[in-house]
Amino acid sequence: MLDLICEDGTTFTENSLAQSPLAIRGLTVTYGQKPAVFSVDMTVQPGEMTAIIGPNGAGKSTMLKAALGVIPSVSGRVQIFGKPLQDQRARVAYVPQRASVDWDFPTRVIDVVLMGLYRQVGLLGRIRGQHRASALDCLTRVGMADFADRQIGQLSGGQQQRVFLARALAQDADLYLLDEPFAGVDAATEKAIITVLKSLRAEGKTVVVVHHDLATVTEYFDNVFLINTRKVAEGSVETTFNTVTLQAAYGGRLAATQVEQLNQITG
Amino acid sequence: MIWDALLLQLGYNATLVSVGAALLGAAAGITGTFLFLRKRALVADAVSHATLPGVCLAFLVMASLGGDGRNLIGLLIGSALSAWVGLWCLNWLTLRTRLAEDAAIGAVLSTFFGFGVVLLTVIQTAGIGRQAGLEGFLLGSTAGMLFNDALMIAGGGAATLVIIALTRRALTLVSFDPEYASAQGINVSQVDMLMMGLVMAVTVIGLKIVGLILIVALLIIPAVTARFWSERSDIVVLLAGIFGATAAYVGAGVSASAPNLPTGPLIVLMSAGLFALSLFFAPSRGVMAAVIRQQRFQRRVHLRQGLLALAQGQPIYENLTLRLLGRAGLVRPDGVATEIGRARAAKALRDEKRWEILRRDHAHEAAAELYDGLREIETVLTPDEIREIDTKIGPPQEIPT
Amino acid sequence: MSGAEFVPLSLPPIVIGTCAAIACALPGNFLLLRRQALIGDAISHVVLPGIVVAFILSGAISTWPMMIGAAGAALIAVLLIEAIRRLGRIEPGAAMGVVFTTMFAGGVLLLEQTDTSSVHLDVEHALYGNLESLIWLDATGWGSLLDPLALAGLPTELPRMAAVLVLTSLFVAIFWRALKISTFDEGFAQAVGIKTTPLGLALVVVAAVSAVAAFDAVGSIIVIAMFICPPAAARMMTNRLERQIAWSVGFAALSAILGYVLAGYGPLWIGLYDAVSAAGMIATVSGVILALAALFGPCRTRAGAPAGV
Repeated sequence: MLDLICEDGTTFTENSLAQSPLAIRGLTVTYGQKPAVFSVDMTVQPGEMTAIIGPNGAGKSTMLKAALGVIPSVSGRVQIFGKPLQDQRARVAYVPQRASVDWDFPTRVIDVVLMGLYRQVGLLGRIRGQHRASALDCLTRVGMADFADRQIGQLSGGQQQRVFLARALAQDADLYLLDEPFAGVDAATEKAIITVLKSLRAEGKTVVVVHHDLATVTEYFDNVFLINTRKVAEGSVETTFNTVTLQAAYGGRLAATQVEQLNQITG
Repeated sequence: MIWDALLLQLGYNATLVSVGAALLGAAAGITGTFLFLRKRALVADAVSHATLPGVCLAFLVMASLGGDGRNLIGLLIGSALSAWVGLWCLNWLTLRTRLAEDAAIGAVLSTFFGFGVVLLTVIQTAGIGRQAGLEGFLLGSTAGMLFNDALMIAGGGAATLVIIALTRRALTLVSFDPEYASAQGINVSQVDMLMMGLVMAVTVIGLKIVGLILIVALLIIPAVTARFWSERSDIVVLLAGIFGATAAYVGAGVSASAPNLPTGPLIVLMSAGLFALSLFFAPSRGVMAAVIRQQRFQRRVHLRQGLLALAQGQPIYENLTLRLLGRAGLVRPDGVATEIGRARAAKALRDEKRWEILRRDHAHEAAAELYDGLREIETVLTPDEIREIDTKIGPPQEIPT
Repeated sequence: MSGAEFVPLSLPPIVIGTCAAIACALPGNFLLLRRQALIGDAISHVVLPGIVVAFILSGAISTWPMMIGAAGAALIAVLLIEAIRRLGRIEPGAAMGVVFTTMFAGGVLLLEQTDTSSVHLDVEHALYGNLESLIWLDATGWGSLLDPLALAGLPTELPRMAAVLVLTSLFVAIFWRALKISTFDEGFAQAVGIKTTPLGLALVVVAAVSAVAAFDAVGSIIVIAMFICPPAAARMMTNRLERQIAWSVGFAALSAILGYVLAGYGPLWIGLYDAVSAAGMIATVSGVILALAALFGPCRTRAGAPAGV
């Protein structure tokens, strides 16, 4: 399954396209004149957890953002549960990178979580007690209920990440897309986040995570998607996550010690 | 008349003003480049607006001491002092409070300017202002300038240029990469102070010619213009100086050639003209060049993706891809590949496999770094190396029709 | 001070100034948080070429052509800034500096080339406005506020400025949540389907409308000051957006009222005979309020703000 040209043909049937929570075809994104993501196809399996991995600058986050229309793409087609994104926004929850926002913004934790209810409340609707209660529920799920009234600038990095996850939970979506949720967080937060993600999977939701820590891939995820500008490999962790695919994705950037370590993990 | 002015035939004072404007323009262009590279272009706007209360206070002080309130040196000292206070407030707000620099700039600019206007009305209503002509400092006015004033402006512009020439290396280093400069033993905050000092000098010297509302244009526009023409900082600095000097010289000359042509706005419009030309027509960074490049690039992406899809018998979803393939004679109008199309597709697919093997091979690491999905493999490998890779792929495969 | 003097001479300018200040401060809050504070600066500079062109085309000083001209100039400026920023890959501050200085210079040159001797149109007027001249001659005292005949003689700037204030308030109220989300986290806003680019442009247009209406009555100094100083001071008083907006409205109103009173009566108190520029004084007061907030505001620094404010 190493071939990035996918000669087996299975990944490209129209059938899988319609069922997949997130199907990407021929997505190309460029910064200036250099493609950051080139002609990538991805077919996410429903009800499972998928990790997008690849070296720094391989286009992991870029692919996710372009799929959501947050940044423009040169070409490509994206379907969410078989329909265009515009019709399916309510079914998608997106957790951006923590560093992408100004944490000095004058607002409280609970207000950030309430932002997740935007589509539910609508442009002119009033925030009612039920909304507040469900936002508090989401905060409880990530262990942040005690911080509801804090100013967001006073949180630690891990706490900020958990607030972002709570906001996504409030959206009550079917597909969760997270951009580097484990980057720079403490061990307790990492554990809290993965517990929540696994409980989402148990509810039948689909989770896609841009991930950078190779050591935890087998423990956390069902599927991997390896990318380095182009798709390198896609499939279940058992069949696809091994030193051969990793070497293809990371090239010489994978140090010998890491290879050894991975050999132990992947067997 | 205009040629007379440009050729310095309009008398001694006008000549001195033109030369002074050119020196000022050069100094402003160069100083502005450092400011622009340091991403602090609009700080100059706050500094220039902050001069107004100083000018008015200096006038009031000099007049109340029985002297001539219009003494240019006195007014300029006053303007420098209040610009310095404004700059200090701006730095304090940025460092000590949560305000970002843009908010601090706007706050200092509007408050100081507002206070200056209050003082202006005090001067006017006190009955001494009718002759003061301080409004001239808002938009600049060279009409009726005294010989000594013109001499001072020319001298000030020249002196500023000399200071820049002496300190150019430190200024370049700090504006380009402050951390590296700091590691080189350069005191970054001192150089920043020097930079702001130069901005103040340019502002104060330019008050009489360009006026405080528009002086910021002389600091920003030539620098931005020069940036279009080069990627090298020393050349950008030099070009900004030349653009600034040219715009100021021509602007002052045209202004002197006829009535109702205010100097400051003309200089600014000359700069803007140079800017517009550069924006559109500069090679590589200009808009025209970028549009052509982007279109060519998009076509390459779509063609390549289309060929790969053909090679694998996948459907092509995008109309642009189909159109481009059709135009190149690679597919028929019904979307089926032509003979050439199939050959090109097979080649594209084969190249993709070659890249794939190359990127897995540590021996080709440097070449693998160049992969971006579009680069022809022939540009990084010799025919022998390609043949060697081909032995690993095996014989050509059948392309589905 | 009697009503017979205050109501016709001071009440209308104070009300107009307050409306203008609040109408600018409201969008100013979002511009501040979006790091676009200087858009207000740029807009207020380009209003001058807008009205000069409108004057040349219409041949008279009449309100609507000028408002349209000014709004058109503001819109052109914003689009130009955005175009130069993207096309030339230039940082926003520098792009702004290029555009507004050029347009202002063009306006001054046009003005000098045009015969405006018969009308009241000059650069000073554009900068300072004419707040002091907006008097209500039909008023005789507080009772006039209930007299329909007298009310019909109110300066036209008053209902116009009030209408713009209502428009601005409505915009902020209707798009409150969308504005808040897209200002805090643009990527997330796009992912939930908020059209952030049109919304951002709408915010700038509303700011421009406020600026243009305010500019006509009070001059561009107040416009720049009110876009930035009250919201910036308010940011240092609280860590909640709702309260920040409330503080900024309060500060804007306080600046307008106190500034007008100080300009009109302050010089008399210190023994001078004539009033000073109200526009300048209002800007000065807003700056002093900002300075006080920066020195003593509970949330003035990034760290260590007390809870619950």
